[in-house]
Amino acid sequence: MLLHRRHILGLEGMPADEIIAILDTADTLKEILSRPIKKVPTLRGRSICTLFYEPSTRTRTSFELAAKILSADVSSLAPSTSSVTKGESFRDTLLTIQAMGTDLFVIRHPCAGAPLFASRIVNVPVINAGDGMHEHPTQGLLDMLTLRSIKGKLAGLQIAIVGDIAHSRVARSNAWGFATVGAAVRIAGPPTLMPPGLEATGARIYDRLEPAIEGADVVYVLRIQKERMDSGLLPSLREYTRLYGVTAERLSRYAAKDAIVMHPGPVNRGVEIAPDVVDAGYSVITDQVANGVALRMALLYLLLGGSDAPRG
Amino acid sequence: MHPEANVAQGRSRLLLRGGRLLDPSQGLDAVGDLLIEGDRIADVRPGGVGSATSSARVINLSPTHAVMPGLVDLHSHLREPGQEHKETIATGSTSAAAGGFTTVLCMPNTDPPIDTAAVVCLVLRRAAEATGARVLPIAAGTVGMAEERLSEMADLVEAGAVAISDDAFPLQQSATVRRAMEYCRMLDVPFIVHCEDKSLTSGGCMHEGPVSTRLGLKGMPAAAEEIALARNLMLARLTGARVHIAHVSTAGSVEMLRRAKASGLRVTAEACPHHFSLTDEAVAESGYDTSTKVNPPLRSAADVEAVRQGLADGTIDCIATDHAPHAAEEKDVEYQYAPFGMVGFETALALTITHLVEPGILTPLQAVERLSTIPSRIARLSAGSLRPGSTADVAVVDLERRWTVDRARLLSRSKNTPFHGMELRGAPVLTLVAGRVAHNALTDQLPFEE
Repeated sequence: MLLHRRHILGLEGMPADEIIAILDTADTLKEILSRPIKKVPTLRGRSICTLFYEPSTRTRTSFELAAKILSADVSSLAPSTSSVTKGESFRDTLLTIQAMGTDLFVIRHPCAGAPLFASRIVNVPVINAGDGMHEHPTQGLLDMLTLRSIKGKLAGLQIAIVGDIAHSRVARSNAWGFATVGAAVRIAGPPTLMPPGLEATGARIYDRLEPAIEGADVVYVLRIQKERMDSGLLPSLREYTRLYGVTAERLSRYAAKDAIVMHPGPVNRGVEIAPDVVDAGYSVITDQVANGVALRMALLYLLLGGSDAPRG
Repeated sequence: MHPEANVAQGRSRLLLRGGRLLDPSQGLDAVGDLLIEGDRIADVRPGGVGSATSSARVINLSPTHAVMPGLVDLHSHLREPGQEHKETIATGSTSAAAGGFTTVLCMPNTDPPIDTAAVVCLVLRRAAEATGARVLPIAAGTVGMAEERLSEMADLVEAGAVAISDDAFPLQQSATVRRAMEYCRMLDVPFIVHCEDKSLTSGGCMHEGPVSTRLGLKGMPAAAEEIALARNLMLARLTGARVHIAHVSTAGSVEMLRRAKASGLRVTAEACPHHFSLTDEAVAESGYDTSTKVNPPLRSAADVEAVRQGLADGTIDCIATDHAPHAAEEKDVEYQYAPFGMVGFETALALTITHLVEPGILTPLQAVERLSTIPSRIARLSAGSLRPGSTADVAVVDLERRWTVDRARLLSRSKNTPFHGMELRGAPVLTLVAGRVAHNALTDQLPFEE
């Protein structure tokens, strides 16, 4: 057993050796994705349910593809969150789906802690596909996988995470994960979008972009949502872009010479990131997406595969 | 024969012998006897007198049994009318008596709210039928707790409401608070105020700080309480009302109250056991256990320390439970969707002994003062004393007994306690309400029930 856990709920507290084991497994499985016939029988007969209480395209598709490549059966549920108070409770939904013979749950939920809650109710593994503002561990892991394959290492890298930190589960998972594997994390964003006490992750906190990306090996850009402006947290997207927008000019002026740019998607071109940066050679946004499938294959395999090595 | 002696002979006489008498109203902390005749305390005898009470039934106690005036809770939610699946006045009264309480005040956020004399009468009628602690209603300051129109406070008080409060629906408009306070001043009842600037807490479900950041839960900053407290203190000064601050939970609030009192402002305040027993780390350690979700939220360690000090130096006058029962199915949901509140009657005294008396923050006498004598005085009740002639509201507490909180054994209809599984010290073993047995766990001295 490479994992000492039954569920993947967050990167806070996940030890480095487990993270590395997951990344190594994902690297091994990547090869399958380059085959003409992308299918192995590893998880044949196993049943996976993706339960998404929040809209998602890439994470959900990525999990479903990963499961299908490993020959698992996938069912997908997207209960309406609007009926939460009058409809079936989360607990009952979980028990119902489990009764249908589900072997693993992938859960996205607007409430922090919901996957942990689920893990106490069902008796099969749960993978957190994003819970409120808490964590998005598979994103953090696929980001580490991407970065390691490009830079050849994780320890010692200077990583600047920029944007709406307060509402970002990606920022939290990455701050924990990168710190665990020995990278130095800096976090920057407008003070209205910066939660208190993030220093606990080991990150250094900045409220301006320039010092945060000074000499950075990686500039990790978070999506900025228009709702933040509507709810009074930002004066305007225009001003946000002027202060925090990641542009080629800023990168070449402040970041390390061989710096790369990452983004969890979906991208708002021209808001948090300049369009030419998205398409530049140093942008690895599509690598992240590709690695997402391999990483999720690795997790499904590690949590469900048991002793068999993935076979082709 | 003296006519009064005749009456006394017709009454049952009960002697609590050999316990540790703790009565702050007389500065009494000594082993001795307490004699009860009917619904009154007949005699208090430090040192004890032994045999002179031949006609009384006797309960033999030891010096580890504290005999104290029954506890008085200024802050509870009994859910009736309208939410009887959480609690009723009957079950709440029983739960309170099991916690050593002899009088509890219940908040008006029922359905319908306690905002008309008719609902006050209903609560009092149900209270008269209850067999545990005495229940007294607090009425809402605005109709429907909607902050549009003042409630008919004179009618409410005449019908039996003992205080006015905006608890659970804190008034946001300073002008409304001012008017409600002005009426309370005229009626000479306390205005119990819940301090919360809701523009700062909207969507929040725990204390804002490093823990909320880590857990990804929207926070409620300490400033939200402190801003409202500052405003309410200024309005207390402006109106001259008897303002009582509900559930003080932050270091900033404690300091502000300290200064307000030093400047001569007539204001009182309470703190809840969970705010001196638990920090916001409990939300993380319990893994988002919704029984830790409460408003005001569990705060930082520095806040907990400040609340303890505030209770020690009298800045915070008393302890109140904010007993807030919720049904299991309502709490067994995602943290964000769970309602705020925790049950408190049956753990309040043990938490006080464990976290305040045992570490030496309060003496046993001070603890009783803050749980009984002072809250009784704030609500102008004739309780909180063992003086002869007082109503025989008495709690007997085993100060040494260690017990583990088991939610399944709580007598409240709801079981939402964050203290499940914790070992505490001090257990109420006998509660008398006006001389009537409201709770009896003295199993070795049965049969005792009338």
